[in-house]
Amino acid sequence: MATGVVERVDLAALTDRLQEEWHTPRTLYGWFATVDHKEIGKRYLVTAFLFLLFGGLEAAAMRTQLARPESRLFSPEAYDQLFSMHGTTMMFWYASPVLSGFSNYLVPLLIGSRDMAFPRMNAFAYWAFLLSGLFVYASFLGGAAPHGGWFAYVPYTSVQYSPGLNMDFYALALLFLTISTTGGAVNFIVTIFKLRCPGMSVSRMPLMLWSTLTASVSMIFALPALTAALIFLELDRRFGTHFYEPTLGGSALLWQHLFWVFGHPWVYIVILPATGMASMMIPTFCRRPIVGHTYVALATVSTGIIGFGVWAHHMFATGMPELSATFFSAASMAVSIPSGMQVLAWLGTIWSARRHVFATPMLFMLGFIVLFVIGGISGVMTASVPFDLQATDSYFVVAHLHYVLVGINLFPALAAFYFWMPKMTGRMLSERLGKWNFWVLFTGVNLAFFPMHVAGLRGMPRRVYTYPAHMGWDGLNMVETIGAYVTVVGVLLFIINVVLSLRSGRRATSNPWGASSLEWSVSSPPPEYNFAVLPTVSGRDPLWEEYDSLSRPAAEHARNPAPTRIPASSELPDWRVLADGRETLDSTILDADPQGVLRLPSETLWPLGLALALTALFSALLFRSPVWTIAGTVATLAAVVGWLWPTQEFWT
Amino acid sequence: MALAQVRAIYDGAPSALAPVATQAARLAALGWAMIVVATVVFIAVMAILLIPLWRRRGAPHTDSPPADVNEVGWVVYGGAAVPALILAGIFVLTLVTLRASDPPSDAPHAPRPLEIQVIGHQWWWGVRYPQYDIESADEIHLPVGRVARITLMSNDVIHSFWVPQLAGKTDVIPGRVNTTWLRADTVGVWRGTCAEYCGMQHAHMALSVIAEPGGAFQQWARQSRAAATAPVERTNAGGGADLCHAMRRLSHRERNAGGRALWTRSYTFCVATHNRWRNASNVRGNVAGWIENPDRIKPGTRMPAVPLNGEQLVAVVAYLESLK
Repeated sequence: MATGVVERVDLAALTDRLQEEWHTPRTLYGWFATVDHKEIGKRYLVTAFLFLLFGGLEAAAMRTQLARPESRLFSPEAYDQLFSMHGTTMMFWYASPVLSGFSNYLVPLLIGSRDMAFPRMNAFAYWAFLLSGLFVYASFLGGAAPHGGWFAYVPYTSVQYSPGLNMDFYALALLFLTISTTGGAVNFIVTIFKLRCPGMSVSRMPLMLWSTLTASVSMIFALPALTAALIFLELDRRFGTHFYEPTLGGSALLWQHLFWVFGHPWVYIVILPATGMASMMIPTFCRRPIVGHTYVALATVSTGIIGFGVWAHHMFATGMPELSATFFSAASMAVSIPSGMQVLAWLGTIWSARRHVFATPMLFMLGFIVLFVIGGISGVMTASVPFDLQATDSYFVVAHLHYVLVGINLFPALAAFYFWMPKMTGRMLSERLGKWNFWVLFTGVNLAFFPMHVAGLRGMPRRVYTYPAHMGWDGLNMVETIGAYVTVVGVLLFIINVVLSLRSGRRATSNPWGASSLEWSVSSPPPEYNFAVLPTVSGRDPLWEEYDSLSRPAAEHARNPAPTRIPASSELPDWRVLADGRETLDSTILDADPQGVLRLPSETLWPLGLALALTALFSALLFRSPVWTIAGTVATLAAVVGWLWPTQEFWT
Repeated sequence: MALAQVRAIYDGAPSALAPVATQAARLAALGWAMIVVATVVFIAVMAILLIPLWRRRGAPHTDSPPADVNEVGWVVYGGAAVPALILAGIFVLTLVTLRASDPPSDAPHAPRPLEIQVIGHQWWWGVRYPQYDIESADEIHLPVGRVARITLMSNDVIHSFWVPQLAGKTDVIPGRVNTTWLRADTVGVWRGTCAEYCGMQHAHMALSVIAEPGGAFQQWARQSRAAATAPVERTNAGGGADLCHAMRRLSHRERNAGGRALWTRSYTFCVATHNRWRNASNVRGNVAGWIENPDRIKPGTRMPAVPLNGEQLVAVVAYLESLK
């Protein structure tokens, strides 16, 4: 690579030039063709949030049915579709994509890069996520939404017991989504390994990078099990194979093993990045670096690894040998140790804070710790085999998993909206409304989910569309339903806050919270090229370096964060400028030493084209149309060829 | 509606925390022990979270100088070592409880265990007593104090056998034979249920466990065997014949039309229906209503509605009651 020196950077000329290179036209074409990670990240967030609302409405409908015993509001068929779509939506189309949204938006900014390593794949991952979600929701139009639960146990989901299209929608939509998710995971891994700015060696990586990296690697290893399980299911349903047919040599338990080998790591995939965001926010509001940075990074990675060794704790009641059960019991308890390390790191940070700033994101963080601890403790209880034989498939587990997913996914995600939305939109959210939002939601969630522990231990099984009166469950269920409605109000308050902020929110400075990481060094919202001069860092908290040495009050620091003052007249090596086309720096994996210049692609419709071709292909598979299946396959291949067609530079 | 009356015949709610058998009592004891530990841990963590917030309430909005923190103390000792010790304790309790829930060993003087086969169907439980040559449905009779070895099989999809007051769950999986055991220590009637989602009427796939003194159990067994000796003759005797023939015909048609798997709608089924409603209440209207239009009581059930006139319906109900 060139090692020349750019003398006297003319900042105005540089930003003009970068703006020209990186600008996505504000046209319909530009809207569909954009590969800007910030635009894609925002779309991920909006889309995932819409799916959260769908899943939430399904939950509210279920809670209405369960408010009273013997309710006849929904037929069993309708209720089964509601709970199946609630779980499927929340696990696949909300919980993971919302984190991908934040990571998409933030990772390039956190590492001082101008985009993701594969911007077109990023765009494709988004379109495939959106279209697969629309695909699965299209099932409601035919009244044939998936009805086998998000876990879809065979043989109930085999063609013999579920002859409609319901489970085909489920299997094909998920296969479609795994393509998107795998592409996204590869993109994050390469971006985090290769695109970090000089100085950001592995030991200085912000914790959100560790958690995103761990989740992405886990996806790569976990998803094939799901893909295999789904392909076997479709082969059984469509072509009469018997992977899961016990009378013909298959096994009903094979599905459970494959599903949970994927499914339990998936739980960590949808919570780890959120803990990473927590490790960014809590230190900001305590005005000190996190306690035990290295241990937290280690804990994150080890959670991801141990998470692959605990899947059978979903299957304690299947009659597995006691020795296996005790092994998985021990592993499931062990996986809580790294979580304990993370919690204590946050507690230590709060304990030794220089100051507590009770902004809305911090309130959500405190709520998150409370819910995390409750969900973690009930998780340890269910890891104990004999206790689990009573708790599993009862409402106790419903309580546990909602404390985990609401506590460690939804609360950090909402905190992150309050924290990073000013960066994305340039406008603050209302603190007053934010505090109402927090307290209403926190109350609603605890009212809705805590009584479920008791209902479960009192013998109430899961996935029942109604229940008899006088079993000791009536009052609990009524409280749960009231809690669910309060939760709905809490979410509505959030939506109102967002709308008000977009219309008339206070303008955000570049670093409104006085945070320490690189995304706060650029304007809010950031320019399309992210960084005019590519940054370098010399510590874990680049924006606090001056703050730490001078011990300046945070407010003053926030008004004038160090790295935004670009040394306009100093000499800069030219790799810090890179303004000849869409370029960013690529660096070595461990030390982040500059290694080369990466040319990034500009707007293109091929990612959308490929996603649409796949939609056609999966629809053809759904309706068993051989002609359209062939057409869809050809279209998919054509889109791949078009995408990979060499540029003009290649031919000349 | 009859299910509201179910309560009348059960001895309390089907709560895992209200065990009536040694086996479930051990699980409940483990549960309580963990609930106590959980509460202590939760309070401790909340204290660590809230104390610093409380201490600094009303502090001026400026930053104190950076404090030295013992990172290893917080994260390694506090976050890993202390939890590991607590977890080790819980794991030992787990192992002890697990060992204690093993089926009682074949002690030389112990009475032979009662063998019971429980077969999961969408959405009812077939119950067989091979030693007594009895077939029944949706209720399990146990002699108090005698171990019952339960063999679990499924006729269709996965179910899970759960009588919370007696024992934990065991899944009922097609292609597998799982076993569990029950021993009732007192006389009583308890509710059991299917705990694994198995389709539309999963919610109503309940069963009763009835524990009686040994003598009463033997008497029940004798009566049931007598009732079971000549099912075909009896079904041919009156309205029951119409019912079962009608059901067979409908089953056949339904199989051709929908290609669905069907139950064996035969004698076992009649007993199932009978028992279901005898448990709930003895109201004739319920039985008649169930036969007339099963879908109203259990939407999604695969039992077809049987078009019978009033006279036939009365005859069928009378027949079912005669099986008592």
